[in-house]
Amino acid sequence: MTADQTTADQASAPPADLRRSPAAHLTEQMRAGDVDGPRGVRLREIPFAVQLGIRAEPGAPSGRAAAEAWGVGLPAGPRAGETVTGDPEGRHVIWISPDEFLAVEPSGLAGLIDVRGIEGALDGMPGQIVDLSGNRTILELTGPSARSVLEKGCHVDLHPRAFPAGAAASTLLGPVQAIVHRTREDVFRILPRASFADYTVRWLLDGMAEFAGEELIR
Amino acid sequence: MLLITCPHCGPRDEVEFHYGGQAHVAYPEDPQALDDAAWAHFLFYRDNPAGAFAERWQHSAGCRKWFDVVRDTVTYEFLTPEGGSR
Repeated sequence: MTADQTTADQASAPPADLRRSPAAHLTEQMRAGDVDGPRGVRLREIPFAVQLGIRAEPGAPSGRAAAEAWGVGLPAGPRAGETVTGDPEGRHVIWISPDEFLAVEPSGLAGLIDVRGIEGALDGMPGQIVDLSGNRTILELTGPSARSVLEKGCHVDLHPRAFPAGAAASTLLGPVQAIVHRTREDVFRILPRASFADYTVRWLLDGMAEFAGEELIR
Repeated sequence: MLLITCPHCGPRDEVEFHYGGQAHVAYPEDPQALDDAAWAHFLFYRDNPAGAFAERWQHSAGCRKWFDVVRDTVTYEFLTPEGGSR
């Protein structure tokens, strides 16, 4: 191989090879923390999801343009009982405030999204769409005990009556600001900011440990 | 812990909020015209009633919006049950 070829290979190599997700260094610990059985719970990171911050009002022209560019309507908010729209396995939008939304695409198709094109959708209009993919990472807590683990320090009521599948809230998990998104009955996604990912993973693993043992009080 | 009703998010724990002090303190129309005492009065002097008090809160861990509520400083009861004005 000549020097020219080496340079060409490096130039065409996908940048994904160089990326490290915020909780990548804890992959083994997360695997080791798995709990099986009826009290089971497991934690995984969903790395490199595309996340776009949308600042626009849903009823306004910029809100409609943002929804059209992303392909998913903006949720009406908790007062209307709608905090997430779209498919949680694909493109969806999480309500953050009346004029702030987080558009998320966690699947393997995230790399195919024309982020720059969507960012330009509000050109000349009030509001903005900004690529925030590096801001937060996604941790997925799954299993019958997932809710019990989160309830050790989550400041929203996670009972299905108040927080059913398909709900999301921006809140605190212990001392960490995070978005909690319940995608299914026993699947919770936690979106801490990247620099809090290490702490949040360790906090969750610590909370999961008791479920590997026998239940002491029924 | 207080359960504070955010006008946008509904009832949430107090730790998600940031306290903003007395509400409806108007910025002086012509700040240049104030002497030091009047400026200090605007900056630092606040009412301290035993009873209903209009105050500002920010839902800092949630929607990050500011809102006004009326709270009873004796009983801690929020007198604006639907959440404050936006």
